[in-house]
Amino acid sequence: MSDDPGDELWSAIADPSRRRVLDLLVRGGAATASSLANDVPFTRQAVIKHLVVLEQAGLVTRSREGREVRFRVEPDRLDQATRAMAQVARDWDRRLETIKLIAEAAHRGTSRSD
Amino acid sequence: MTMSDLSIQREIVIDAPADVVWRTITEPAQIERWFVERVELDLQPGGHGTFAFTDRAGEAVTAPIVVQTVDAPHRFAFRWGRVRGELPEPGDSVLVEFTLSPEGAERTRLRVVETGLDAAAWPDDEKSRYADDHRNGWAEKLGRLAELFPAHAG
Repeated sequence: MSDDPGDELWSAIADPSRRRVLDLLVRGGAATASSLANDVPFTRQAVIKHLVVLEQAGLVTRSREGREVRFRVEPDRLDQATRAMAQVARDWDRRLETIKLIAEAAHRGTSRSD
Repeated sequence: MTMSDLSIQREIVIDAPADVVWRTITEPAQIERWFVERVELDLQPGGHGTFAFTDRAGEAVTAPIVVQTVDAPHRFAFRWGRVRGELPEPGDSVLVEFTLSPEGAERTRLRVVETGLDAAAWPDDEKSRYADDHRNGWAEKLGRLAELFPAHAG
């Protein structure tokens, strides 16, 4: 619990530009900062900054291949993030459905038999 | 809404006037029907309360909450730490904001935004469960990710 990097993960993917970089890596597999910069409306320097934040959050790893440094997604980590987010959203959908049922029943004045 | 925090936004349309929806989401006895098992609530800005519930591990938890906004029947917001009986603090808590928008006399759009997810929202048992999971289906997951995060304006 004490060395949990959860905060880093959330703030890493909360940034839309970083999500874009992450999205490119997920769809395209391993890539260099330069090739990523071709597909986004910001500079290679900005791409590198985003990659470093994503790397610190454990979402991206780097490897040296010849003269190139290639980045790729860490699937387990991304899986954690998407699952936790989806679960929170599902929980709220379920609660909102229940609120709807309760409020509509109260409004109709129907007596509930629970 | 700031994108420096992570937030999840969901909404629903309810066939009831805003004041009925308001009571459903703010009265302790009503909250106990859709959210947690036991509610104590001082319904005013800065008011304290507790939400008692059983977590996913089956453990009884009593979470202190702090009311942030009370603007009947339009906005209700509270903050909670989700964990281990500590008072919620900005940066270490979850903010839940309800917004009620009347759509005619008998219909209300209810929106909820949950902001500030952090490590506290990740019970350890869930983490290990996620780690055991498979590695496939990224495109689908990313699609869901995009759907969950509202696009940044500009």
